[in-house]
Amino acid sequence: MLNIFEVSETNKMIEKENLDVRTITLGISLLDCIDSDLKKLNDNIYKKITTVAKNLVPVGQEIEKEFGIPIVNKRISVTPIALIGGSACKTPEDFTTLAHTLDEAAKAVGVNLIGGYSALVSKGMTHADKLLIQSIPKALKETERVCSSVNLGSTKTGINMDGVKLMGEIIKETAEISKDEDSAACMKLVVFCNAPDDNPFMAGAFHGVTEADAIINVGVSGPGVVKTALEKVRGENFEVLCETIKKTAFKVTRVGQLVAQEASRMLDIPFGIVDLSLAPTPAIGDSVADILCEIGLEHAGAPGTTAALALLNDQVKKGGVMASSYVGGLSGAFIPVSEDQGMIDAVQAGALTLEKLEAMTCVCSVGLDMIAIPGSTKATTISGIIADEMAIGMVNQKTTAVRIIPAIGKDVGDKVEFGGLFGYAPIMPVNQFSCDAFINRGGRIPAPIHSFKN
Amino acid sequence: MKKTIITVVGKDTVGIIARVCTYLADNKVNILDISQTIVQGYFNMMMIVDTSGATKSHGDMADELNALGEEIGVIIKCQREDIFSKMHRI
Repeated sequence: MLNIFEVSETNKMIEKENLDVRTITLGISLLDCIDSDLKKLNDNIYKKITTVAKNLVPVGQEIEKEFGIPIVNKRISVTPIALIGGSACKTPEDFTTLAHTLDEAAKAVGVNLIGGYSALVSKGMTHADKLLIQSIPKALKETERVCSSVNLGSTKTGINMDGVKLMGEIIKETAEISKDEDSAACMKLVVFCNAPDDNPFMAGAFHGVTEADAIINVGVSGPGVVKTALEKVRGENFEVLCETIKKTAFKVTRVGQLVAQEASRMLDIPFGIVDLSLAPTPAIGDSVADILCEIGLEHAGAPGTTAALALLNDQVKKGGVMASSYVGGLSGAFIPVSEDQGMIDAVQAGALTLEKLEAMTCVCSVGLDMIAIPGSTKATTISGIIADEMAIGMVNQKTTAVRIIPAIGKDVGDKVEFGGLFGYAPIMPVNQFSCDAFINRGGRIPAPIHSFKN
Repeated sequence: MKKTIITVVGKDTVGIIARVCTYLADNKVNILDISQTIVQGYFNMMMIVDTSGATKSHGDMADELNALGEEIGVIIKCQREDIFSKMHRI
């Protein structure tokens, strides 16, 4: 039978160490909504989302109360809209109407974000993909809760460099169009290599075409819990360090698995995956960078950071895998800058640079995340940063992503404020040398040799 | 059997257990186990209870116990057993 110490340990994690379930994300297939009439398509999408997700928020709240654990976000992901809108949308503006419908549906069911305003163009772009991508700046500016993602490459297909070039321009345009709010619309836009079909985290969540009609995916979080556990083993060797992370990750993930199963049962929607994640927030004590410091670094970014992050990420997975029956999504430690107070401190102290962050993305999920750069950065330079990150994902057979914010009108030394879970970010310097000729070549980078496994 | 864990944490005072037990009896909740410690004047209690015959929903009881806690000056939480057993048992 349970004892008082075990019960207190769990409640201490929740009350003092920010243990929470970061998101319950309901994936909904919109394939059966497809129609060549735009109005009908919009109606079908609204009806499907508001029917399937009707009880998502109340069920989430009920689970919070029953188990006494906060569920920070309830969200929805849908089939990539470029596929759904292809037959009805003839212009970027037509696609924007779908973004408005997603936004309205999200508001109607009370979820804070809806993902899937997406295109999968890892090898080539259809006409519809291109229209959707062109509509992204306006769609994100005019809506509140819609998130957009574009998959630009994969280990199997190589990298679509035409797409990379286009997305550099689109990110810049998205920043321009929302310059009155610190270019905040860029927070809702992410580009991927090897994008997973079942990711519950925004802005990159979409409901892949390989998925069932509806599915529950859950993302857990607990950087504070890992940090507190590591405080007790200061000075011990790597074996002890790794065992401690593993055991803690197991406990955290078990909560996610429990919540996922309960949500699945109560909503009568199948359980998909638990994303084994360490997702930070700007709250004090909820930081991945603080774990790296606890492992033994003065600041995130110091020499040793990549190794420390690699072991952290690996132990989180090793502990988490046994705690859940199905794992998926992005699974690993997240290293966003603006959403992690420890990362912000490291940037401000001069310890953490864009190049070091890029190295860190080789060993963790996901990529260059929530990084503010000068608004004057050229579109081709943004494309160059994206291409580098896509190459890391392609060659290492892992998911990588880029979510950067070129803050229009701001430069190194300034900062951008996003508020709430998104936090704030100091503007980071970007390498000023040109990659224009590289980006302007056009075409695609072939798949790497180790992708030919058949 | 629907097992629920009730925890009470706060400054020790007369009648904490009595008040909580009275509430549970009034709502047809059966107490299976009680353990309690006092560390530096702070009262820490855990009860394992069976709520299968309870007259109220879990949500209502959690709210009312929370209110009762505020009245006495302690924190009372009411959580389903699974969150603890899943975390601490394989």
